[in-house]
Amino acid sequence: MAGLTGRMSTVVKAKVSKLLDRAEDPAETLDYSYQKQVEQLQNVKKGIADVVTAKKRLQLQETTLQQQVVKLDTQARQALSSGQEDLARTALERKNIAQTELQSLDTQVAELEEQQQKLTDSEQKLRAKIESFRTKKEVIKAQYSAAEAQVRISEAATGVGEQMADVGLAMQRAVDKTENMKARADAVQELEAAGTFEDITALGPGEDDIDKQLKSLSSKSAVDDDLEKLKGEIGQGAPSAGALPLPGTGGAGSDGAPPAGGSGAEQSS
Amino acid sequence: MIVRISGEDQYRLDESDHQRLNQLDAAVIAAVEAGDEAAFARSFAELLDFVRANGTLVGDEEIETSDLILPPSDLTLAEAGVEFTGEGLIPD
Repeated sequence: MAGLTGRMSTVVKAKVSKLLDRAEDPAETLDYSYQKQVEQLQNVKKGIADVVTAKKRLQLQETTLQQQVVKLDTQARQALSSGQEDLARTALERKNIAQTELQSLDTQVAELEEQQQKLTDSEQKLRAKIESFRTKKEVIKAQYSAAEAQVRISEAATGVGEQMADVGLAMQRAVDKTENMKARADAVQELEAAGTFEDITALGPGEDDIDKQLKSLSSKSAVDDDLEKLKGEIGQGAPSAGALPLPGTGGAGSDGAPPAGGSGAEQSS
Repeated sequence: MIVRISGEDQYRLDESDHQRLNQLDAAVIAAVEAGDEAAFARSFAELLDFVRANGTLVGDEEIETSDLILPPSDLTLAEAGVEFTGEGLIPD
């Protein structure tokens, strides 16, 4: 059969014969095969542990980002309450990016979860086959002549070898996915290191490089929507006493004057 | 005839299913060669579903060698096109 199935079968068969080639006499084949099988089972366990580790790392990042989202949201409210629309916008832009990253992390965690489940299933199947092989091995040893045993062992070993090769494939795919996600997790960490999700109170009214980058990255309309929503929630009232202390505002919130719009618009160039 | 779906299970199929399998496989290859993502996803799923629906599961305690091995269900079009040519998907 040509096509995908043909190629796949050929590749697996080559792999299996590589696994079986080494031993010449039946007893050796048996012991060698069984030993290989047990080793492979250990590898699968290690593979599962690696996937779990990668998943935990992503989940840790999720927790951090969730905290940043809450913090930035609070800061945006505070900034807007005290009439600093520009600062509120910056906070919302950062919140927006953090949320986007969170969504992507969610997807990746779910994907790793699936990989973990698949590998666990494969491990159980391989374990069952190996157990079956162990039993068969004893029967073959006890019942058959050397020549006959060779044939039967070869059959059984090939069957288990195929299962091993298949689990090996599943593991390789899981490892590849995990590697990709590590790269992604590193990228999020770099954003964090660059201060992307950091406390905005550290920033002055002017814009730095990060801000410019942020503006190009984040979805403008989403941020505008957030800002409008926040304005509505805060009710356009006078700055409250508990508002974020901001440099340069002087705290002159005269009664009745709408705080948003004025100074913020003048600051942006 | 024993058919394995990589990453899943082995199935026992009737010899008479061979021709239909060949047809389904050819459709997958055509989609890969055309680089048609949607056709690939559809035809590949159809191939796997045919095996799952028409085959009977080989038990975990049975040791059988497969006559055919199908790629894993999460195979991408890119993998189908590239990975199956050279060294293949199977690790050393």
